[in-house]
Amino acid sequence: MTTATGGSSDFIKNLGRMYATYTGGFLAFIILLAILEQVGVPNRILGYLFVGFTIVVYAVIGVMSRTAEVSEYYVAGRRVPALYNGMATGADWMSAASFVGMAGTLFLLGYDGLAWVLGWTGGFVLVSILIGPYLRKFGAYTVPDFMAFRFGGNVARGMAVLVLVCCSFTYVTAQIFGTGIIASRFLGMQFEVAVFAGLAGILLCSMLGGMRAVTWTQIAQYIVLIIAYLTPIVILSTKQYGIPIPQLTYGNAIAEITAREGAMLASGLATAGNLKPHIQPFLNYTPLNFFGIVVCMMIGTASLPHILMRYFTTPTVREARQSVAWSLLFIFLLYFSAPAYAAFSKLEVYTNIIGRDLTQVRPWMFSWGELGLIQICGKNAASIDAIVAACKAIAGHPGVVRLQDFVINTDVIVLSTPEIAGLPYVISGLVAAGGLAAALSTADGLLLAIANALSHDVYYKMVDPSAPTVRRLLVARILLLVVAVASAYTASTRPGDILAMVGWAFSLAMAGNFPALIMGVWWKRTTAAGAVWGMIAGFGLCVFYLVVTRYFPGAGVAYFGMSSLTNPATGAPLVDLAKAMAAPGAMDSWVLVSHPLASKVGWFGLTNIAAGLLGMPVGFLVIYVVSLMGKEPSKEMQAYVDEIRKPRGRTVLQEKT
Amino acid sequence: MNSPTNSTTSDNDKAHWDKTTRLMFTHLGLWFFFGYVVHMFVVPLNKITIPILNFPLGFYMAAQGSLIAFVVMLFMFAKQQNAIDREFGVAEDE
Repeated sequence: MTTATGGSSDFIKNLGRMYATYTGGFLAFIILLAILEQVGVPNRILGYLFVGFTIVVYAVIGVMSRTAEVSEYYVAGRRVPALYNGMATGADWMSAASFVGMAGTLFLLGYDGLAWVLGWTGGFVLVSILIGPYLRKFGAYTVPDFMAFRFGGNVARGMAVLVLVCCSFTYVTAQIFGTGIIASRFLGMQFEVAVFAGLAGILLCSMLGGMRAVTWTQIAQYIVLIIAYLTPIVILSTKQYGIPIPQLTYGNAIAEITAREGAMLASGLATAGNLKPHIQPFLNYTPLNFFGIVVCMMIGTASLPHILMRYFTTPTVREARQSVAWSLLFIFLLYFSAPAYAAFSKLEVYTNIIGRDLTQVRPWMFSWGELGLIQICGKNAASIDAIVAACKAIAGHPGVVRLQDFVINTDVIVLSTPEIAGLPYVISGLVAAGGLAAALSTADGLLLAIANALSHDVYYKMVDPSAPTVRRLLVARILLLVVAVASAYTASTRPGDILAMVGWAFSLAMAGNFPALIMGVWWKRTTAAGAVWGMIAGFGLCVFYLVVTRYFPGAGVAYFGMSSLTNPATGAPLVDLAKAMAAPGAMDSWVLVSHPLASKVGWFGLTNIAAGLLGMPVGFLVIYVVSLMGKEPSKEMQAYVDEIRKPRGRTVLQEKT
Repeated sequence: MNSPTNSTTSDNDKAHWDKTTRLMFTHLGLWFFFGYVVHMFVVPLNKITIPILNFPLGFYMAAQGSLIAFVVMLFMFAKQQNAIDREFGVAEDE
C-alpha cells in the first residue's frame, strides 16, 4: 500500500520517461517479430506472441498498481496529470466498436457512417463546457454520488445506479463480444472459450487496483492501439501516394472510388439499386435518423458514467478541463483516420475483386470466408472452387464478381486490411493486439463503473454505511467478478449487432442522466422531486421505446400506433405492416433479430438506436415542471451549487476513508 | 463535508457566473454549427472539391473538418474559462 508521499510525486514526474521507454520497447518488440517472420516463424506463433505479450504487460502494470486505499481505488488518488488522463480516457472511450467496427461501418455506409464519427467526438465539447469540471469540483467518487447529494438521498441515488448499470452492462457485453471475435480469429480458439480468456485479462487489470490500476494500464493500451491503427494506413498511403499521411491523401482514394462507381454502373457490374455512392448522404439513414444518431452519440457521451468518472481523477478542476481537450485530441487521432481506412479498403475491393474473373480472386479472403465473414454469390468464400460453384448456381451469372455478389462483414475491414493490401503478417498481428487493447481498456472502465456504483453507492451508502474499508473494497472486487462473468455469459450467447447495442447504451445514458446532470449544475431551482421524476420519465420512455420496437414490434403496431420505418432512398416503408402482422408469429411475446418487424417499426420513423431523442426532452420537461410545482431548494443546497461553480476551494463532498 | 461560506452569492461570483454562462453559450453555438448546421448543407457542399486534397467539401467537413473544429474549441475553451476564473479570483492556486 502506497500513500501520497514524496515518492509518488517522483512517480508522476517520471511518467514521461516511463511511457516513452514503454513505447520504445513496444516498437522494438514489433521489429523483433518482423524479423522472426522473415526467418520463417509461423503466423500462428506470431499471433500468440503479440496477444500474449501485450496482455502480460497490462497485467503486470495492473498488479504493480494494486491498492487497498479507498481514494486510490475509486479515483486513483486524484493526481493523474491532464495529458495522461486524456490518454487513459482515449483508451477508455475507444472500444472494439471504434477500433474494429468504425472503419467497416464507413466502408458499408459511406457518408452516413460519419454520423458515428461526428457523434463520438462532438460529445466531448459538452463534457467540458457543461458537466465534467463541475463534477470534479463536487468531489464525488461516482456519478450517483452527485445525484444523491444534489437531489437528496437514496431515491435519486438508486435511480442513477439503475441508469448506470443498464447502459454500462449493455456496452460491456459488446466489448467482451469484440474480444471474443479477435481472440478466436488470431488465437484459433473457439468463440465461447475466447470470450472467457479475454475476460481473464480484463479482470487482472481492474480487480486488484481499481481506478489506479486501470488508469496506468489504459495509458499503455492507448499507445498500443493507436500505433496499431495508424501503421497499416500509413504504409498504404506511402505505397500509393508517396506521402505517409493517410488523412491527407485519401481524398484521392475517394475520387478514384467515385470514378470507379461510375465505371461499374456503366459496365453493368453494379446496378443503381445496389450501388450506394460513397460520398452521397442519406442513403442508409433518413436525415432525421442521421442527425438523431449524431445527437444521441454526442449527448450520450456526455452522460456515460465511465467517461465522466475519468475526470474525477485529475488533481484540479483546471486540469479536468484541459484533460477533456487532451482526450478529444487522442480520440480524434483515431477517428479522423477511420474514413481513410474505409476508403483504402473500398478502393482495393472495387479494383481487385469486383469485375475480376472468379478464378482470379486473391486468396486473402479465403481465411475470412471460412469463418463466414465474407460471402460471394451467397456462399461462404472458402476457396476458388467454392465460389465458382456458388456463382454457377445463379442463372445468367457472367463469371466475374459483381457488386451484388460480394458481401463482407463490417468487422472484417480493419482486421483484414493488412492482408488485403499484401502487407506482412506482423502488421495483422499488430492490428489484432490493438483491437484487443481497445476492447480490454473499455471493458475495464465499464466494469469498474458498474462495480464502483454497486459497492460504493448501493452497498456502502444504502445498505451498510458503517462497513469498514476492507470490506467495502472486498465487496467491490466480488461484485466486479460477478458482473464480469454475467456479461461474458451474455456475450457468449452472441446477442448480435454490436453497433446497435452500443447505440442503445448511449441512448439509455442520455435519457436517464443528461437532464438531471445539466439541470443540477445549471439551474439552482431544480428540486429533488423534479430530478427524480425527470429521470424516471425520460429513462422510462427510452426503455419502453427500445424494448417495444426491438422485442415486441407487433404489440407496438397493434397497441401503440407505431408504423414502419422508411427506406431513406425511396421513401417506401421497410416492411409491409399488414402482411407482417397477418403472418403467424408477429405477436409472439419475444421476437428475434431476424424477425421482419424487429427494430423496423417506430414513431415518426425514428430508429431505436436514437431512442434517447424521445426520452431526453421528456426528462427535461418533467424536471422543469415538477421543480416549479415544488418548493425552492434550501438556501444551503443553493449555496452548494454556487460552490461547485467556482474552481477554488475545497470539494463539496469530502469522503472519509 | 465543509459548510458553504457566506460569500457564495457575492457580486463577484455573480459576475463570474454570468461570464462563464456567456462562454458556455458561445461554445454551444459553435458546437451546434459544426455538429449540425454545416452538415445540413452536405449536398451543395459536396459539389465543391477542395483543391490539392481532392475531398468533396461536404464529406470532408463530416470526416475531418468538424472534428478539427471540436479539438481546437476544447483547447480554446479550457484557456478562456481559466482566464475567467483568474480574472474573478476563483481559480485554484498554482
